[in-house]
Amino acid sequence: MTGDDLVLRAARQLEICNACRYCEGYCAVFPALERRSTYAAGDVHYIANLCHDCRDCYYACPFAPPHEYGINLPQVLSEVRAQTYRHYARPRGLARLGGWHGVNVARAALLGIIVFASLAVIVSGPQAVTSPHPGPGAFYDVVPWLLMLVPALLGTAYVLLGWVASGYAFWRDSGAAGGAIGPAELGGVVADVLSLRFLRGGGQGCTYPDDRPSMARWSLHSLVFYGFGLCFASTCAASFQQDVLGQLPPYPILSAPVLLGTVGGVAMVAGAAGLILQKRGSDRRAASSWMTDADYAFIGLLGAASLTGLLTLAVRDTSLLGVMLVVHLGVLAALYVMAPYSKFIHFVYRVLALVRNRGEQALEAASRAARGVQL
Amino acid sequence: MDRSRYGVDVLVVGGGNAGLCAALDASKAGARVLVCEKGILDYRGGNSRHTRDIRYRHESPDAYTTGRYSAADFRADIERVSAGLEYDRELADLLVEESASLPDWMSAQGVRWQGSLRGTLNLHSSNAFFLGGGRAMLNAYYAAARRRGVEVWYEAEVVDLRIVDERFRSALVALPGPRHVEVEAASVVVCSGGFEANRDWLRDCIGDAAEGVIVRGTPNNDGRLLRLLLDHGAAPVGDARSFHAIAVDARAPRYDGGIVTRVDSVPFGIVVNREGCRFADEGADLWPKQYATWGGLIAAQPDQIAYSIVDSKAAGRFIPVAFPPHAAASLDALIETVELPPATTRATLTAFNAAVRGDGSLDLDRLDGNHTEGIDPPKSHWASAIDTPPFYLYPLRPGITFTYLGVRVDADARVVTTAGTTLRNVYAAGEVMAGNILGHGYLAGLGLTIGHAFGRIAGREAAGDR
Ligand SMILES: Cc1cc2nc3c(=O)[nH]c(=O)nc-3n(C[C@H](O)[C@H](O)[C@H](O)COP(=O)(O)OP(=O)(O)OC[C@H]3O[C@@H](n4cnc5c(N)ncnc54)[C@H](O)[C@@H]3O)c2cc1C
Ligand code: SF4
Ligand code: SF4
Repeated sequence: MTGDDLVLRAARQLEICNACRYCEGYCAVFPALERRSTYAAGDVHYIANLCHDCRDCYYACPFAPPHEYGINLPQVLSEVRAQTYRHYARPRGLARLGGWHGVNVARAALLGIIVFASLAVIVSGPQAVTSPHPGPGAFYDVVPWLLMLVPALLGTAYVLLGWVASGYAFWRDSGAAGGAIGPAELGGVVADVLSLRFLRGGGQGCTYPDDRPSMARWSLHSLVFYGFGLCFASTCAASFQQDVLGQLPPYPILSAPVLLGTVGGVAMVAGAAGLILQKRGSDRRAASSWMTDADYAFIGLLGAASLTGLLTLAVRDTSLLGVMLVVHLGVLAALYVMAPYSKFIHFVYRVLALVRNRGEQALEAASRAARGVQL
Repeated sequence: MDRSRYGVDVLVVGGGNAGLCAALDASKAGARVLVCEKGILDYRGGNSRHTRDIRYRHESPDAYTTGRYSAADFRADIERVSAGLEYDRELADLLVEESASLPDWMSAQGVRWQGSLRGTLNLHSSNAFFLGGGRAMLNAYYAAARRRGVEVWYEAEVVDLRIVDERFRSALVALPGPRHVEVEAASVVVCSGGFEANRDWLRDCIGDAAEGVIVRGTPNNDGRLLRLLLDHGAAPVGDARSFHAIAVDARAPRYDGGIVTRVDSVPFGIVVNREGCRFADEGADLWPKQYATWGGLIAAQPDQIAYSIVDSKAAGRFIPVAFPPHAAASLDALIETVELPPATTRATLTAFNAAVRGDGSLDLDRLDGNHTEGIDPPKSHWASAIDTPPFYLYPLRPGITFTYLGVRVDADARVVTTAGTTLRNVYAAGEVMAGNILGHGYLAGLGLTIGHAFGRIAGREAAGDR
């Protein structure tokens, strides 16, 4: 199916929802579609990224398959998001990396491991990889500091530029309907994001993985989200200790980098494992297979990154340190390289859609106030 | 043919709103309950899966509604729609009383709520809207029933009732296979809806026009159980030959097209029949009050078809329809998009535009008095020349919501016979007995109220027959 067919098919479903409106209270998708009467490609991509695939509307819809209207928003909007991810992926030239597919991600991780292993062997010698490294600077005995720093900085720049360019292209295309976006709207979006508000549904969570509402998905996604945040904080704390205080890693168990990293890593592993288990048990009728693959690939990669990080910590006083470190760095490299071309990007479009949504809500509230209408 | 036997305390026929309310309360009263639902799992719950709001008494605005809707308001509304025809005032009072506890009871079963939907402001003080609509409500009930151990058979059609000496003994259930099971129970609660999906029966009411009617809800409500109960002596109530019908898009599926086929464009323009002639006053009353007359009006036209024509002044002013309208830059081109006689239709439009008086403002929230002069039928309000391109056209057919005929029940929801006796362990709830209170006319959200109140009463009473 070409992209245009998909947009038309999604638009057709949105038209029917706009005539129905029964799901208005579930999520931001419905008020957004009700503000429109026609759905151009930009609108469809914007609305699709307001959907967090909770499945509430699928189980509620009297027109879901086998009904001839065949309404299945979680599925069709997943397909549209898949198109968003591919269409707006920047830099375009590298889109063939295709981090959407588990195979490509596994290959990238393997390649990363090989590269770091070769570097370690060439630069530090085979001995360095297989023997224990007591004392400060242990990690750098295996892979010298510069060989970690330079790829990390370059990688970060590449990822951020890719995300910004993708986000910009998406924002430009998703239309002019949004109202003024000020500090209040942005603050609201930050609060929505930090609380993963929409995954809570109306307090009962998502109708996922089966037809019973549950908070499990919110909990698991929160674990991954905040786990990621803690790991990021751990990295910052470590660079503070190293570059400002001049203390070389490894750090004691009771130091900020290790504590933050351990708690974050465990949260991510647990969250990722839970999300994968949930997905395996979820209702395929409401899913798009492309997106399911992309989900597994990304969650798997995040899980592997945190798991190998934890293992590196666990074996840091043994002769396994070298091997574990190389594996961890290899997986991280894959995470970086794939970041613009994997499900990692979802948060960029999601946040932008939420920003636009807040703007539209503000505009609507203002016009309602001007008309003196009370709801 | 394989025919086995099965025994339960309470048999509920029909797994819609009324059936599940009966099953849940019978189970709470300690009975072993079996629900036989004719539909497949995906289509369980008949017409109830198309609903969205429920009417109930509340003396002050509450968590679900924005206004007060007192017992007196509620009774007055029932009286008003009865338009002087007979209805059971005692049952109506009971309904009003019982309705007060409905939202809390529904919440306890897991039903969630939302604000009144956009475009339904006329209902937000009297009616509560459940989140996700009727199918979500039913999902909550089925989940609650599963937790309680209520047994549900899908694709299980009750085809016969054995009633001896005014006492129910058993029911014959047809299951896929095909196979038949005779279900014996201490009591039966019939919640199988009306007969709106039975073309032959509709033909008895409106003749061949029945063919051109679209059934908005389930194809499963064929009135079989209603007929059986009447044959067993149940007293009929409600208008036997008529039904509630509105204007729906003619492109709608013949069954189960649901809410999204409803067309609200009528008061913004004119409606012509197949001959290209107007046949009714499109501005007779506020739209929420007159929309339900349009099903009947269109059913009386040749081929049961009509066309609503509006111009761009109406665009975006009413809830959209699932099917985009025919559109054209000129009236002539618009007429050509369908099989309308061009000359007559054009003449109708010209005459209408010439007859329009007033400022043409199209304020649907009030009777604006913008009317026509010198044409018949007149348009009493919202008359405004159809002159601003692009022009739009919706083809219309009558869309039947439900039928009025039902069986008489007493305050325990027990079925009453023509002789004034009761079928002692036979109960009815929902659409199959709604005619006791709503024998014709319409009050939004009342169908579910009736099903809830009498379903729960029937469930409790039926559990007592063990
Ligand atoms: C589009 C639409 C929107 C509506 N919106 C509202 C609304 O918002 N609020 C409101 O109050 N009302 C609304 N109504 C009316 C409302 O649907 C009915 O009043 C209500 O659902 C009736 O409930 P019930 O349980 O009696 O019947 P149903 O919900 O129709 O259930 C009857 C069940 O019985 C089953 N059945 C039939 N025959 C047999 C048999 N022989 N054996 C076994 N099972 C059988 C059917 O499969 C069906 O599931 C609406 C109706 C329609 C069509
Ligand atoms: S998903 Fe179905 S029930 Fe929900 S608004 Fe759309 S058409 Fe209506
Ligand atoms: S799946 Fe959930 S988030 Fe997506 S449109 Fe439906 S209700 Fe909204």
